[in-house]
Amino acid sequence: MVSRSVEEDIDLEQAVVHSVTDVNQMIKHCLERPEFMGLFVQGEIFNFKHHSSGHMYFTLKDESSRLRAVMFRSMNRNLAFRPKNGDIVIALGSIGVYEPNGEYQIYVEELIPQGDGLLHWRFQQLKDKLAAEGLFNPRLKKKLPFLPRRIAVITSPTGAAVRDIISVITRRFPGAWITVVPALVQGSDASRSLISALRKAEKLAELDVAIIARGGGSLEELWPFNDEELARAIASFPLPIVSAVGHETDFTIADFAADIRAATPSAAAELVVPDKDQLVAYVRKIGSRLTEQTKARVVRRQQNLNMLLRGLTSRRFLEINRQQRQKVDDLVNRASMLVNHRREIYQQRLASLAGRLNSLSPLATLERGYAVCQKIDGRIITSFDQVTTGEPISVRLRRGTIDCLVKGVDCRDR
Amino acid sequence: MTDEFTFEDALKGLEEIVEQLEDGETTLDESLRLFERGVGLAKRCQRLLDEAESRIEILVSQNGRDKVEAFPEMDDEVEVES
Repeated sequence: MVSRSVEEDIDLEQAVVHSVTDVNQMIKHCLERPEFMGLFVQGEIFNFKHHSSGHMYFTLKDESSRLRAVMFRSMNRNLAFRPKNGDIVIALGSIGVYEPNGEYQIYVEELIPQGDGLLHWRFQQLKDKLAAEGLFNPRLKKKLPFLPRRIAVITSPTGAAVRDIISVITRRFPGAWITVVPALVQGSDASRSLISALRKAEKLAELDVAIIARGGGSLEELWPFNDEELARAIASFPLPIVSAVGHETDFTIADFAADIRAATPSAAAELVVPDKDQLVAYVRKIGSRLTEQTKARVVRRQQNLNMLLRGLTSRRFLEINRQQRQKVDDLVNRASMLVNHRREIYQQRLASLAGRLNSLSPLATLERGYAVCQKIDGRIITSFDQVTTGEPISVRLRRGTIDCLVKGVDCRDR
Repeated sequence: MTDEFTFEDALKGLEEIVEQLEDGETTLDESLRLFERGVGLAKRCQRLLDEAESRIEILVSQNGRDKVEAFPEMDDEVEVES
């Protein structure tokens, strides 16, 4: 190798020698032009640092290249998500040159998440928008009916969700009326399909409640249930509607729009029907109480009536109340004494006596609408086997009596 | 059944009647009238529970019109329109 002096090849007298500053300035001039402004750049976030100053410093990279980035506090203040390493994003910004370091970077004005991040972001945007419109207002939520005549289930006609719902409902309440309204629950046509199914369900006769359901899946698979039009259709559904989408921890916009959210399709099924066995037992129990209470009241009244009818003049009647008996004895004695002396006073006392006796008398009972049936010989009839068909009997009313002929007897108690 | 009287209404009515009979000072006439009404309500509740016939069906579209059919066995394929 022959070494020779560099100065022999390069004529320094003629060359233009720049300073570093000059070069950087020239580069800055080249880069800070319209074609490098307002660029959309997609990449993965790398080396992310959120400085205490509020500025964000990071690198955007793809498979073969990197670009330094900065997002100043004034720009990142309203970010709807927290950027972190590994996030795929689209950055909107302009290229600038930081001369002191001889570095160019993208000065980011907007950062939009992609992939799952983008979906989460969109979810949040829509949720906030509809919430602000009052679509999720708790006061608008309808109460589920206690015992629905008919239940609509809007879901895929195949798969675990519809199977689970049907089996839980029929186990809990055999005899339930379920109508499955099929829809797509995945893919780009799903939202439209679900809305169409809701419209059809609305028209079902005797419908009292609806369930909209889908089994578990990824955020993307559940995405149709975050559709804005579907949310509006659910919120405006005229009957109570339960949403059961995904697993316990999945929340979709549909869940917020529905009247009640169930964690799983099976849970939704439990909400819409009561337990039939428990209900039947309860109705029977109340029916028994009804009969018992009424019987008790009737028996009490009947006992009183029987005692009165067993003979007003019998001394047993007067044993009911010894005090009353004393009084009555006394009054009767005085009455008979007075009868011997003065007719008018007798009338008065007798009337008074009659009045007092009246409250204990079966006539008062007659006042209340009861009738006393008597045989021709005057015996009181209290049972069907005291009379024969064709036998004449007399029915004593509050006013007057009715002569009757027995047409027939019935041995059943009322 | 198109009664505005739902099962829930009937059950509540029945409970109220029983309460009245247990607490209230009802006359015999009133007691018997309440009893009759109560029996009617209990029978209706029972009927609503007993008569419920299991119906599991699916809405299908044929020639642009919707109608219900019995829900197929779980393994069958079902067409869905979007």
